[in-house]
Amino acid sequence: MTNLLQQVFNGLVAGSFYALLALGLAVIFGMLKVVNFAHGVVYMLGAFGAYLLLTQGGVPFWVALPVVPLLLWGVGMVVERLLVRRLVSLDPIYNLLLTYGLALVVQGVFRVLFGVSSQPYAAPKSLRGTLDLGLFKYPAYPVFVFGVSVLTCLVVWYLLAQTRVGVVVRAATERPELTRALGIDVARWITPVFGFGVGLAGFAGVLAAPTRSVNPVMGSTVIIIVFAAVVIGGMGSIFGSVVAAYAIGIIQQLGNVYVPLLSQALVFIVMALVLLVRPAGLFGREEAAL
Amino acid sequence: MTVVLRSRRQKLTVAAVSAGALLLAGCGAGGPASAGGKVSGDKIVLGVITDESGVYADLAGKGSVVAANMAVADFKKKYGDQAVSSDIEVIDADHQDNPDTASSLAQQFYGERGADAIFDVPTSSAMLAVAQIAGQQHKIFMDTGGGSTDVSNDNCNKYTFHYGYDTYMLASGTASAITQSGGKSWYITYPNYDFGQSMNTNFTKAIKANGGTVVGTGPSPFPNASEDYSSILLAAKQKSPQVLGAMQAGGDLVSLIKQYNTFKLKDAGIQLAIGLLFISDVNALGADALAGDEFTDFWYWNYDDQNRAWADRWQKQMGNDKRPTSDQAAVYSAVTQYLEAAQRAGTDDSDAVVKQLEGHKFNDMFARNGEIRSQDHVLLHDVYLAQVKSESQMSEPWDYEKIVKTISGPDAFQPLSENTCHMS
Repeated sequence: MTNLLQQVFNGLVAGSFYALLALGLAVIFGMLKVVNFAHGVVYMLGAFGAYLLLTQGGVPFWVALPVVPLLLWGVGMVVERLLVRRLVSLDPIYNLLLTYGLALVVQGVFRVLFGVSSQPYAAPKSLRGTLDLGLFKYPAYPVFVFGVSVLTCLVVWYLLAQTRVGVVVRAATERPELTRALGIDVARWITPVFGFGVGLAGFAGVLAAPTRSVNPVMGSTVIIIVFAAVVIGGMGSIFGSVVAAYAIGIIQQLGNVYVPLLSQALVFIVMALVLLVRPAGLFGREEAAL
Repeated sequence: MTVVLRSRRQKLTVAAVSAGALLLAGCGAGGPASAGGKVSGDKIVLGVITDESGVYADLAGKGSVVAANMAVADFKKKYGDQAVSSDIEVIDADHQDNPDTASSLAQQFYGERGADAIFDVPTSSAMLAVAQIAGQQHKIFMDTGGGSTDVSNDNCNKYTFHYGYDTYMLASGTASAITQSGGKSWYITYPNYDFGQSMNTNFTKAIKANGGTVVGTGPSPFPNASEDYSSILLAAKQKSPQVLGAMQAGGDLVSLIKQYNTFKLKDAGIQLAIGLLFISDVNALGADALAGDEFTDFWYWNYDDQNRAWADRWQKQMGNDKRPTSDQAAVYSAVTQYLEAAQRAGTDDSDAVVKQLEGHKFNDMFARNGEIRSQDHVLLHDVYLAQVKSESQMSEPWDYEKIVKTISGPDAFQPLSENTCHMS
């Protein structure tokens, strides 16, 4: 039983990265209807940002953790202003291609600069110990990742639920036409929200650096799972995406232990089943999906 | 008058050129030139098919192409006017770790681009695809990059050579050494595809042969999107083995080791044994993350002065601060031995060169006590049990390995009694 609980916790930790990425992806999709294919690359940039700050400037993990996402937030806003915005009025496929192209370019440049081998990055000293979680002992760093991820999701939930900005974003996400019809200036919030979603992906990247291989292609496989989370949760449902992300983490980890042959396909089997029963995803609304 | 003459001359020129072209085409595409004849197309073309953009680009890739070119330059210098051909060209292409791409590149290389031999080809599935083409087209392939023993067993053929390392030798080196020194109970985790499965089989055999047991196995998805190995590490921990055998490679291995350290399996008394480790992986993790771990290497740049001198030259040509991997050194050696064989044969005719390669005994920068076994075309040579140094033991960058012991070729590689190769 303890074993099972511990494996579930493993899944929650793995899901923590997915959740942060899915949160950003869902916020961006909700506001702009842009499927951001560059999200995985931003995750990679977050990890590389931490690595470069450490090796080039001696900046430790604790400083990189807020600084890198803030920088990427800025980068995200610039990209939205200069590129994404110009294509929003066209078919969504244009922005999909734009972000995909950007992802390939950035990934290619990093490949040329750093090669495909991983770069070393160690966990901060204070998080190298082990924690007693009551039922079992667990290494401190993954516990920290899980805590930070849940906290971030809660903070974002609070911002969305309790603040005026949040109300606008939610309204624009779920009923964009109606929100505009009510005279709310949705456009004003688009740039910072896009940047925020990008920053979240960078944040996940910094958190990943001490525990995952840091290399130019590290985001390319993760992002596929995150897209699955957003689809399972329901396109347009921020809450649904996050819940689905944690659930996928658990499914994958349990799959690795109990049905290793299926573990890779499991997520997509679940996705197919969900789409069969609820085409708009678990928490999606039919019209929002369209 | 002049007009007619000119037109006649033109006609003659056209006719001569056409005939020449036909002759050339005949030579180039006409399959193996007659034995004892000269060099097809008056030129030896060597193809390097490798991973130039994916997970194995750092351990093979451009470094392999540079190594091949170095071998050609050294050969030309050695023989000068006496060389079997004064015109030797190296061509290369990126197979993107994709067997289909590798297969069509091999056809193109052997066919329209006139390659006499192909080298490297990391990723076992891609390597097996190239070996098949080599067998069909009667052209030489020297595999240094792909590790699966399939190519020297059920899928062997007359024109393919397995040069450098294979999964059997990695297992017999690492698994035997660790089991004999007391690591009797093992948990094996492997990436669930050709290479990983082959590693698992060969490691399990070697562990049992040395009186050890495998208490559990944990296949990991490949590619592993989550890069999370906690569930496997936890399952391993509960079986409390003495050794965790990790068969993952490249970036997967790096993630796994980071998490092995996070979960403090070493403190729980579970030693890490790595199936396939390249020096580029050690560089990625930092020496301290791996300090003390043992693995089998088949060449090391800082082993002696000869290796080091070559590594210095390679580094200069690459124009970076890296050191060559064992695979890149193997490419240099394979190209050298191919050219030497062609020199002895006096031709690039495949059958004549194969005859020269089979049973050939030699020593070079890469292979010590080298012998190309005729029965299965495996290169037997000394390999090494190595230990990763800690940062404090390192005297210079990339000085990562301490050679613990040398394992002779016949001890390291699969004995013929277990081999299933039947050359047609």
